Amino acid sequence: MSALLQVRDLVKYYQSGGLFARSAPPVRAVDGVSFEVAQGETLALVGESGCGKSSVGRTILRLQEPTRGKAIFDGVDVFALERDELRRLRRRMQIIFQDPYSSLNPRMTIGAAIAEGIEIHRLAPKAEIPRRVAALLEEVGLDPGYARRYPHEFSGGQRQRIGIARALGVEPAFIVCDEPVSALDVSVQAQVLNLLGDLQRHRGLSYLFIAHDLAVVRQIAHRIAVMYLGRIVEEGATDQLLSDPRHPYTVALLSAVPEPNPSVRRSRIVLRGDLPSPSNPPPGCPFHTRCFHPMKNERCRVEVPLLRPVQLTMAACHYAESTPQPSEMAASLIP
Amino acid sequence: MTRVLEVQNLRISFPAGNQQRFYPVDGVSFSLDRGETLALVGESGCGKSLTSLALLQLVPAPGRIEEGSVIQLGDTDVLGLSGEALRQVRGRRIGMVFQDPMTSLNPVFTVGDQIMEGILAHFKMPRSQARDRALQLLQEVGIPDPTSRLQAYPHQLSGGMRQRVMIAIALSAEPEILVADEPTTALDVTVQAQILEVLDRLRASRGMAVLLITHDLGIVAGRADRVAVMYAGQIVEETQTSRLFANPSHPYTQGLFASVPRLTGPLTRLTPIGGSVPAPTAWPSGCRFRPRCPKSFEKSELEPPLLPVEPGHRMRCWLAEQPNGIHHK
Repeated sequence: MSALLQVRDLVKYYQSGGLFARSAPPVRAVDGVSFEVAQGETLALVGESGCGKSSVGRTILRLQEPTRGKAIFDGVDVFALERDELRRLRRRMQIIFQDPYSSLNPRMTIGAAIAEGIEIHRLAPKAEIPRRVAALLEEVGLDPGYARRYPHEFSGGQRQRIGIARALGVEPAFIVCDEPVSALDVSVQAQVLNLLGDLQRHRGLSYLFIAHDLAVVRQIAHRIAVMYLGRIVEEGATDQLLSDPRHPYTVALLSAVPEPNPSVRRSRIVLRGDLPSPSNPPPGCPFHTRCFHPMKNERCRVEVPLLRPVQLTMAACHYAESTPQPSEMAASLIP
Repeated sequence: MTRVLEVQNLRISFPAGNQQRFYPVDGVSFSLDRGETLALVGESGCGKSLTSLALLQLVPAPGRIEEGSVIQLGDTDVLGLSGEALRQVRGRRIGMVFQDPMTSLNPVFTVGDQIMEGILAHFKMPRSQARDRALQLLQEVGIPDPTSRLQAYPHQLSGGMRQRVMIAIALSAEPEILVADEPTTALDVTVQAQILEVLDRLRASRGMAVLLITHDLGIVAGRADRVAVMYAGQIVEETQTSRLFANPSHPYTQGLFASVPRLTGPLTRLTPIGGSVPAPTAWPSGCRFRPRCPKSFEKSELEPPLLPVEPGHRMRCWLAEQPNGIHHK
């Protein structure tokens, strides 16, 4: 399977500006991330707030400029493109956001919002655009008559469908989905997840699905990359990563998900402490300050572990072969 | 079991213009025993947060609690209170923790000042003693290095630490009831696990009753003794947690369960509930879930009361009258 998108050693630092921040160290939002997304595939980027997952999505689309690294989309070096070329590329790479309301112009009918991209990229003769818009609305499960209405007339779930219709209007091959269902109620979240899955199958779309909820991700992702402090700490096929996690952080993340089933009594690993600041990440393994691995030692504090194949996934832990699984966790490890 | 709170027929209305009013909370009744956790579960707009605010008469203007609503706290009629007597209930007898600790903490005072303020508002004691109490509370909610954290300002703390401070403030007056309104929704999942653990521990050690307001069935499963599912301003199903999960009976509850993505078990396509949550200005007539309900029938045009499903298990659906009407999982 050839990759539609290849990202190599992506780095994104934010220099905190402001009057008193002259000597402040940069925020290392993304600190050397590499991955591939194949055609028709969903790769989920998972992690907690501040891990850099959204920065990855935005940098790939050049909504933010990268500090370093490479992104090759369908043979094109994204970070080397000039303005005009970039615009052409954006037709193929789209993004949908967590809060579609903030990305919709309140004074523009949703029909006009969906038509905008089609017009800019001259994808259809003017006379044909209303028909295109109607077809897109139908495809995302909305009444074509809604085209004349304004964003405020819609519920959160409907707005997310509008956001999806607008992204689809330019016939992209790849969509960054940045927490697309996090703000939605569960009953509506399920509708949107199913819709995204169906669209992928019908149109052969590739998704970079950015999310924090592993149960949501399981529904849609073929592969999962877990991020912590700007790095990918584990990556693998969804089933394998969820059933046999090898990085202690993945284990902790999985065990923290509250399962809506009282008979599932997994032992919880409650991580001690907070996420370290990305402007001052710990040396060595970024996770060592909160790690519960019984083999944790001086090496973890000094040497950055590289992402390497461990059994069925790739994990960045020196001792990934012997990472305790939630079922094996001794009671002593659970405070 | 000592009953600590009894809510009966709570109705909250807001003006809708042209002399009309609408009812985001429309006839909610529940009770809470000492040491018990009751979860109020529902999606946005179902009225769960307004219900919790009403317990302290904190319904924002121009909303009002309707005549005929009863909130009985021990032998105190909360809705009959005002002024100093009401202040004695707020915080002192019912403590509250909200979703976003940053908006509830004052940015210009230290954590220590804010906890001590709560203590001194309700107890007569010297400042030095209040300080010791504050320190003790920070320890109790699991804040590392509590002595130096007393001097910290809210912005210097992480989201999880701020929520712990909020819990410490809520506990400072030793309330009988803790209302936790989506206490972990704004937090990351690993931090959420920490906070929920703190709440569990405190409930056990203090014998507090907890009213947990949440949209997340996963949080309910490990924690609540009883669950009340809310939809469109009303409780639509209520029972013990284990019963609800073993035998969700109201079509809305069943729909919620089918919508939730899970981490374990076979991977199947989610079955969403069709349509969207109705607006409180236009609750559907008859059964309020009828427009979205796959099982609605003629009788659904009449508004159902809470009907018994099995002992200790009630739902607001006419199917409860039909022995084979409820599809067990």
